[in-house]
Amino acid sequence: MHVIRGIRGTFQPFWVTLRNMFRKPVTIQYPEEKQQLPERYRARLILTRDPDGAERCVACHLCSAACPVDCISMQAAEAEDGRRYGAWFRINFTRCIFCGLCTEACPTLAIQVTADFELAGRDPLKLVYEKEDLLVDHCGNNNSYNFYRQSGIGVAAPRGTNPGETPPADVKDLMP
Amino acid sequence: MSEMLVTLALILGKLLFIFGVVLFMAAYLVLAERKILGRMQLRYGPNRVGPFGLMQPLADVIKLLTKEDFVPARADKWLFLIAPGITAVTALLVFAVIPFGPTLEIFGRQVPLVVVDLNIGVLYFLGVSSMAVYGVVLGGWASNSKYSLLGGVRGLSQMVSYELSLGLSLVPVIMMARSFSLTDIVMAQQSIPFMLLNPVAFGVFFICVLAESNRIPFDLPEAENELVGGFHTEYSGMRFGLFFVGEYINMVVLGSLVTVFFLGGWHGPWLPPLLWFLFKVLAVCAMFIWIRASMPRLRYDQLMNLGWKILLPLSLVNILVTGAVLLGLG
Repeated sequence: MHVIRGIRGTFQPFWVTLRNMFRKPVTIQYPEEKQQLPERYRARLILTRDPDGAERCVACHLCSAACPVDCISMQAAEAEDGRRYGAWFRINFTRCIFCGLCTEACPTLAIQVTADFELAGRDPLKLVYEKEDLLVDHCGNNNSYNFYRQSGIGVAAPRGTNPGETPPADVKDLMP
Repeated sequence: MSEMLVTLALILGKLLFIFGVVLFMAAYLVLAERKILGRMQLRYGPNRVGPFGLMQPLADVIKLLTKEDFVPARADKWLFLIAPGITAVTALLVFAVIPFGPTLEIFGRQVPLVVVDLNIGVLYFLGVSSMAVYGVVLGGWASNSKYSLLGGVRGLSQMVSYELSLGLSLVPVIMMARSFSLTDIVMAQQSIPFMLLNPVAFGVFFICVLAESNRIPFDLPEAENELVGGFHTEYSGMRFGLFFVGEYINMVVLGSLVTVFFLGGWHGPWLPPLLWFLFKVLAVCAMFIWIRASMPRLRYDQLMNLGWKILLPLSLVNILVTGAVLLGLG
C-alpha cells in the first residue's frame, strides 16, 4: 500500500507545479502596485490635535515609558494658562518597532499610528522626527476627544463647566 | 602546412563557438530557472533589470565581480583559490567530445561538428566528469569550515555511489551502438532513439545525471537548510560565481549528454539538426528545473539506498538483459 502512496507522492508534485505555472502569481509588484492595508495598520506615528486645534500632547512621558525600545523622548513644559506641552518631542524611527504601545499608553489620544509605512531612507538621522515633523493638523482617529474638556483641572475651561461636571460646591454656603 | 593551419583555425572556431554558446546558455539558464521556479511557486521571478528581467545575468555578473574576494583565515589558500576553477573547467572540458550536429561540407572540406571525435569519448566523459567532484571536495576541504567540509564529504560519497551506476547505465548504449565514440552513438540512433529502445538505462542514467549535477533532489553537498551553503559557504564574489556558473554549465553539458546518449542527438524530422540538438538540450534542462521545483531533497541514507541497492543492481541486470536480447537478435 505504501508503495502506491510513494509513487503517487513522487508524481503528484509535478502536476501541482505544472498547474501553478499557468496561474497568475500572487505577488504584489510593490512600487507600481500597492497593497490594500488594513484600516488599523500600525506604521508612522503622529501627534494629533484636539477639535479646538490645540496640541493634545501634555508631555506626560507615559508613551516613552511604555516604549519597549526607548525611541520616544521629550521635554515637558508648561504654558502661561497652565497647559502642559512638549518643549521638544522626538521619535527615533530607526529604533521604532511600530508596536503601538505608545498609543495605548497615551491618556490624551495625542500619539497615534498611521498606515504610512514608506519611511525608508539613506540617512538614519533623517529618520529622527522632531515635533514639527510629527505634529499634524487633524484629530486622527477621534474627532471629538479633548482631554482638557474631559478631565482638565480648570485649565482650558473654568472648573465645573466641562460636560458631565457639576460646579464645585460653595463651601461658604449652607444650602444643599 | 596551410592544410594544418586551416584545420587549426576550424578547431579554434568550433571552440569559440561552443564556449560562447555554452556560457551564454549557462547565463540565461540561471534566469530561466529563476523565472520558471518563480512561476511554479506563484511568484514572478526576476523582472526588474531590463525588459522581462533579461539583463539580470549581466547585473549578477557585475554584482559578483565588485564583491570582495574573501579568503577565510587559516584556509588552504591555493586549493581554495583553484577549486571553483576545477568545477567550471571540467564541465567545459566534457563538451569537447559532444557532437552537436552532422558533418558539414565547407569549401569541399568535411567539418565534423564536434571538437574532437575521440574513439573513447564515453570513457573521456566518465573520467572528466568525475574530476568535477574535486572542485566540490577541495573547495569544501580548503575552506577550513565544518559546513564546507561536510558538504565536500557528501559530494564525494555521492559521486562514489552514483558514478558506478552512471557508467553501468551507459554500457547497454555502447553495446547497442557498438562504439565508444559519441558520434557513432548518435549515428546509431538515426531511426529510433535509445530512450525508447532501452528505457531502463535511460531512467538510471537520468537519475545519475541529476546526482552528478548536484541539483535537487541530490543537492546534498549544498543543502542550504542544513549546511548553510555546503561546499561554497565560505566563497564570495566571482569565485562563488564560478561555482554557480559551473553548475549551470554542467546542466547544459549533462543535458547534451542525455541528448547524445538517449534522445538521438541531432536527429529529428523537419527542423535543421543544430536546432533539434538545442531543442532537446533545452528540454532536458527544463526537466531539471521542473524536478527542482517539485521534489524535496533526499535524506543521506535514502540517497545511499537508492544508489547502491536499487540503481546499481538495476543497471547490472539491464546490461545482462540487453546483452541477451542483442545476442538473440544476432
